[in-house]
Amino acid sequence: MPMETNVGSHINSYLLKETKTASLAVFRILFGLLMAFSMLRFWLKGWIEEIYLVPKFHFHYTGFEFIQVPGQWTYALFALCGLSALSVAFGWKYRIAIVTFFLSFLYIELMDKTTYLNHYYLVSILSFMLIFLPAHANYSLDAKNNPKLQADKIPKWMVDSLKFMIAIVYVYAGLAKFNHDWMFEALPLAIWLPTKVSLPFLGQLMHESWMHYIFSWGGAFYDTFIVFFLLYRPTRIYAFMMVVIFHVLTALLFPIGLFPYLMIASSLLFFSTDRHEIWLNKLWDFLGQSSSVFARNQFFVPYSIYRFSGFILVAFLSFQLIFPFRHLLYTDNVYWTEQGYRFSWRVMLMEKTAYANFKVVSKKTGKRFYVQNQDFLTPLQEKQMSTQPDFILEYAKYLGAHFTGQGHEELEIYVESYASLNGRRNQKYISNEVNLLEVDYRELCQKHLTPLNAQ
Amino acid sequence: MKQIFLLCTLSLGLCFLQSSCTDLPSSNEIFTDNFDRKAMLIDWADLIIIPSFDKYYEALLTLDEQEEEFKLNNSETNFNNLKGAYLDAYISWQKVSMFDIGKAEEIGLRNFTNIYPTNVEAIENNITEKSYNLALPSNFVAQGFPALDYLLYGIGSTENEIRTKLAEQNYQIYLTELVDRLLSLTDQVRNDWKHRYRDVFVNSDGSSATDSVDKMVNDFLYYYEKFLRAGKIGIPAGIFSGNTMANSSEAPYSKIHSKQLFLAGLQATKDFFSGTGINQDYIGESIASYLQNRMEETEGPDLAQEILNQWNIVEGLTADLSNTFVDQINTDNTKMLAIYDELQKATIIMKVDMMQALNIQVDYVDADGD
Repeated sequence: MPMETNVGSHINSYLLKETKTASLAVFRILFGLLMAFSMLRFWLKGWIEEIYLVPKFHFHYTGFEFIQVPGQWTYALFALCGLSALSVAFGWKYRIAIVTFFLSFLYIELMDKTTYLNHYYLVSILSFMLIFLPAHANYSLDAKNNPKLQADKIPKWMVDSLKFMIAIVYVYAGLAKFNHDWMFEALPLAIWLPTKVSLPFLGQLMHESWMHYIFSWGGAFYDTFIVFFLLYRPTRIYAFMMVVIFHVLTALLFPIGLFPYLMIASSLLFFSTDRHEIWLNKLWDFLGQSSSVFARNQFFVPYSIYRFSGFILVAFLSFQLIFPFRHLLYTDNVYWTEQGYRFSWRVMLMEKTAYANFKVVSKKTGKRFYVQNQDFLTPLQEKQMSTQPDFILEYAKYLGAHFTGQGHEELEIYVESYASLNGRRNQKYISNEVNLLEVDYRELCQKHLTPLNAQ
Repeated sequence: MKQIFLLCTLSLGLCFLQSSCTDLPSSNEIFTDNFDRKAMLIDWADLIIIPSFDKYYEALLTLDEQEEEFKLNNSETNFNNLKGAYLDAYISWQKVSMFDIGKAEEIGLRNFTNIYPTNVEAIENNITEKSYNLALPSNFVAQGFPALDYLLYGIGSTENEIRTKLAEQNYQIYLTELVDRLLSLTDQVRNDWKHRYRDVFVNSDGSSATDSVDKMVNDFLYYYEKFLRAGKIGIPAGIFSGNTMANSSEAPYSKIHSKQLFLAGLQATKDFFSGTGINQDYIGESIASYLQNRMEETEGPDLAQEILNQWNIVEGLTADLSNTFVDQINTDNTKMLAIYDELQKATIIMKVDMMQALNIQVDYVDADGD
């Protein structure tokens, strides 16, 4: 079987390929600094208080209901997360630091799914992968303090695994944009852009329909193909310029925090590791340190957890390849039902507004009344709740427990909910005839969610 | 190559600093959107908001005069004049209640003017103790129009009894204090609009959450949902409690004014929404014309007309209502519930379709998205 041997030997020789550690070190430094800054920013903006401490009630991910907001300790959690990110950047006690960062960041994300953002998910993924990559092997305090750790060469697949993950994010985000609303209606950009008149230079053009199409089509093609231009050496530098322009533009147009900078930093991984080494040597010179303390011509010998890195990362990336397609298991429009919407790189794809009004009925007394959502939820929570069936259900169950606790008996809870997707007229979202206390999520989506009317 | 990198890094650094330290540059230049947001802000300020505050202030001046007259002579005529001035002022208040922006928001004008149900015990306590601080939040429920409603209609069982009691010194002092307080708070707001805030308001014509259009539309919706829909109809009709709460209706001591006050609020809502000037003689730019502009651009539905139709239905239904909501609720609450339902339909169109068409976030939250 010559074919198989051929493939096998290709794989073998790929696995033996080496590359410099430097690009991993650059990524470690930028990622760590960005995350440390991001934690500090979150704190200074008062969001810890506003998002985690003010709400009486938090929305949980299925299976993670035990993750609770630890009261005032939440500040300590953010401090821990930020400091461990800093420690990652410096490569100081890296292995403890990256595990601490991953766990504390994940814990923060799991506390309330109201704040789910694709870029937080990406941070969790990248920090998980970094646990299995020796990003501290060179150009780190660990390597400086312990020359035995030093290695300036690592298997090439290690760096490639990160590139592969970034490629998944871009390509999947791009493919998701090839849908009717985005390509043929320029929605939701046609809703968002007209109000961005204060943008320098482009402001006046923001209400022009052709601009909306340029942004839509440009975005779709950019996301889908940029990685390939980054991979191909002759186009790399131009692709990188595109990366910078594109992400800076999105940063100016939309409130998306540090995500653009994370993507720009990640795209540096595509440059040759020799170039990264030059940058790092310059950085060390600039810091007045000698870069000569670091290893030369030393290949990384896997030890401890790193012996399993290959298996774990292959399994993890395979999962990442498949998981975003799970919406295919469900029938209706993923943007309407939101089944399979999260964790699949659907970014900027919809403008959804909704309204959910809950009716509490006591079967025993016949008494019925409506709930004022402001009594229980913050504006951000109410906004997220009203557009997503799993939130609506969890909130209804919470209301059921709350009012039962107040002495109401044999309760039923109904919702009158209306939603509007990408400028369509509002339509009924969840049936107002189903007692939410009696259904589970699957049943709710299968039987009681009104299908989206095609326009 | 090097230069390109340098350039990228430099511009990146600048952007990073800018977007992380400050918000987007709120440009001072006026860009021409095809809907003139600034013209709308000017119309709001000059045709509706400032004239409405003027009118309200004048009504309060009259109330103040009548109260002085009554103090000198508590004749039946003077008492009736006082009550008439109270009603006029209360109705004028309905036309400014929604403008909880600028100075009004800063000093909490609405909280000191019209929080009900009023707390009789707190009022009586203040009157006997004589030491109280009306600036305290705990005294929201012991002042403003709801407290006047109690003093003018609720402190005795007959009109004569009330008139006599109100002329007693301690009651009179409290009455004066309440009227003076309304007057001075309103004067602050009105002066600020005239001498400072009007320009701030109309110049903040961008589209960020802190600019005037977003803030005012959110204030308008908040007023509509909480004070008109829930406060005047929903809460007394028992929508949020399961039991009717007739005494939580507006002005429950005078009883007969509740429908009139609701209609004044509804009219104010319609006028602001459609840009109708205070004397019903001029139509300016408004939420309705903004929506119509968006409708033409996107070939969408005529949301403005749908919303206005909804309010016309509400107005039609009120023809059947007793002037006194307390009676209406106690005899046939279904009519109140029917009105609530129609008000609610407009809430949904506004909160879902309108906000999306105008790309305004409901109760904007300062947080990242993706």
